[in-house]
Amino acid sequence: MKTTGSIGRRLTLLLAGVAALLSLLSWGMVTTLARQAAERTQDNVLAASATTIAETLRSEQGEVRLELPYSAFAMLDAISQDRVFYRIAAGDALLTGYDDLPVPTAVPAPGQVVFDTGVYSGEAVRMATVSRPVVAGSQPVQVTVTVAQTRHGVGTISAELSRVAAILSVAFFAVAVGLSAVAARTSLRPLNEIAAAVSRRGPSDLRPLRRDAPEELAPLMTSLNRLMERLGQSIRRSEDFIAEAAHRVRTPLAVVRAQAEIALRSVGDEAEKTRLRRIIRAVDESSRSAGQLLDHATVAWRADDLARAPVDLAELAAQTAGALEATAAMKDIRLHLDTAPARVAGDAVLLDNALRNVLDNAIKYSPEDTTVRLSVRTADGEARIAVTDEGPGLGTEPAEALTERFRRGDNTEGIVGSGLGLTIARDVLTAHGGRLEFAPAPKGRGTCVSLVLPSL
Amino acid sequence: MRLACLAVALSLFAALAAAFEIEDHRFYPGTGPQVLKIISTADLEVFEPYLLAFQAQRPALSIDYTVASSAALYGAIRNGAPFDLALSSAMDLQFRLANDGFALPHASDRTDALPDWARWRDLIFAFTAEPAVVVLSADRFAGLDVPATRQELISLLRAHPDRFQGAVGTYDIRDSGLGYLFATQEARSTDAFWRLSEVMGRLAPRLYCCSGQMIDDVAAGRLALAYNVLGSYAVERMARASGGRVKILQMQDFTNVMLRTALVPRSAENTEAAGAMIDMLANLGLRDGPGTWPLPPLRPSTDDAGGGFGPIRLGPALMVFLDPLNRRDFLGEWENAMVQR
Repeated sequence: MKTTGSIGRRLTLLLAGVAALLSLLSWGMVTTLARQAAERTQDNVLAASATTIAETLRSEQGEVRLELPYSAFAMLDAISQDRVFYRIAAGDALLTGYDDLPVPTAVPAPGQVVFDTGVYSGEAVRMATVSRPVVAGSQPVQVTVTVAQTRHGVGTISAELSRVAAILSVAFFAVAVGLSAVAARTSLRPLNEIAAAVSRRGPSDLRPLRRDAPEELAPLMTSLNRLMERLGQSIRRSEDFIAEAAHRVRTPLAVVRAQAEIALRSVGDEAEKTRLRRIIRAVDESSRSAGQLLDHATVAWRADDLARAPVDLAELAAQTAGALEATAAMKDIRLHLDTAPARVAGDAVLLDNALRNVLDNAIKYSPEDTTVRLSVRTADGEARIAVTDEGPGLGTEPAEALTERFRRGDNTEGIVGSGLGLTIARDVLTAHGGRLEFAPAPKGRGTCVSLVLPSL
Repeated sequence: MRLACLAVALSLFAALAAAFEIEDHRFYPGTGPQVLKIISTADLEVFEPYLLAFQAQRPALSIDYTVASSAALYGAIRNGAPFDLALSSAMDLQFRLANDGFALPHASDRTDALPDWARWRDLIFAFTAEPAVVVLSADRFAGLDVPATRQELISLLRAHPDRFQGAVGTYDIRDSGLGYLFATQEARSTDAFWRLSEVMGRLAPRLYCCSGQMIDDVAAGRLALAYNVLGSYAVERMARASGGRVKILQMQDFTNVMLRTALVPRSAENTEAAGAMIDMLANLGLRDGPGTWPLPPLRPSTDDAGGGFGPIRLGPALMVFLDPLNRRDFLGEWENAMVQR
């Protein structure tokens, strides 16, 4: 499977992009506002300065007189160290100040302040102009007062604020990226939970998922459940088919075996007898395999909807051992039972099936004239049926590999088997919440296979 | 560049447009071809140690030192006289030069170390803080309490008109830029200034252009007191040498403190050496004790900490009293008070 990028990462990047855009926008806005505020402050001070000077205008003996107040220029110094220029004119005639200051030509109405920007002495200046009529001699003359200041301080203040805003924007962006990552992870959590719930399931658990999911994930859940349902149906169909096939094979095989037995009794020639015995044995194996296929299908079937009735393993062991007594006796194998009551919850038919397969294996791989021991014990909340033989052992492969379907150990040459027995036993135990354990026998030769189940 | 300079040039300085009066001049030859041309208001005897110290750092550099009055210095720089460094005690004129664009910027670690009040932008740098003091003759004050405030001084002058008739000296602020600066700042800061001027005016005061002559007259007993003298160490030394006949006191109610400042004129050629000289002066201005230098540092030494230290602020407000209309009004009032006929 090829992954095409992560949703979380994409979501985080998207949110971070939005945050970057907002940061940039807010930085630009703060910078603009800071510049405007600094400019307005300068305007206010310039207006106050010009007004203060205009207030000293008076007429003395037909002449316009004024007095530059100390505060008019001292206040300009309060905010920044900027160069100051001024021009005071009565009509067109200069009273005092810098004559070539580029003052606005429009004379402001009394009480109004006119602002203007210009270049003077090689620097940009901001100017505030006020005017006041003064009666000098016979008629009033319009006196204009202009105070100008360079904009060095405005630039410094707004640059400083802009720098602070930039730092804050970067910090905001960093926090936003962190939060974006958290948000992306949080919104993806339901998806991860569903994925975890699916992967936690056992290999044969095809029940539909029943959990709350966000709106967006509902279609995914529905299709997933539909898929599992179809899968389950298809598995059941094939199990049914196998069971049906095995069943249909077993009946004719039984007929063949009966006929072969009769023939064996009526034939005198030794070579013919040997041939017939070989047929009987082959039929037995086929019948056994068919039986196990049927068992396997039964296990798969019944495990889906497991009955949980109290079962005493000691009784079960006794029954199963009794059923296999005859098979064991054919090889002069003694079955030795050592049981204590051990109650578990489960399906007696399946458990019997599992134990029978294990015991059958033990008998099959044991040499003639040996003992197979069955013990039933309870310890630490677990009930355990141990089957110990004196056979050749498990060989070199990992024990777990033996429970794979149609897998047979590497030291089973000469012995007929389907490789399904241990698979069935394992499936039964897994369905019951238990497990199958393999170990070498406690004393020397042989193998100990344990069926472990949670005890009641 | 078409600037306002000529149009608004103060009438006082109009005559100085073409040439200016040189009071003193000396050339300190160095081993190399480079020359640092300095124009200054400080007398050679006061400033020579600084020049020699700077030349010790840079033996290759020749120094051309010109002494002029503060008004002459101002006019010379405005007219583009080729000086590399201008050192003046007239803060207002120095400020005006910087404000009107006649100064070049200079910045270094040394100048950055100066307190805010000791520089304006990177154009003007203060390197000394010198207070205005009263110098009095112990002989002429025999049997009288030494005044500590202007109010006490006014009472004293009023109580003994016979003793102080013709024996009070101060700057003629019509001629002396420094006297004008002190007078305007004092008029702004204390009500007592005009009353004191009235009282002094009635005593037929003697008006001087410079502080040296005033101190000489106090030492000789021709004056009982000299008001608003620049209290540099040179004055203190003179007082000590007089054997107790000359006393220096700072008024307790308010003391003007003048900053001696440096700037690099726009017409400067050797700006690198001028910057280095400013750095040396700024560094000396920040020294802790008086040391052996003739001019005091920016920080007041501990013994005159009670003098209400607060230097005249470097800023556009200094231009207010340079305005010809204001100057005319102020001088008119001063003459009415001081020059009574």
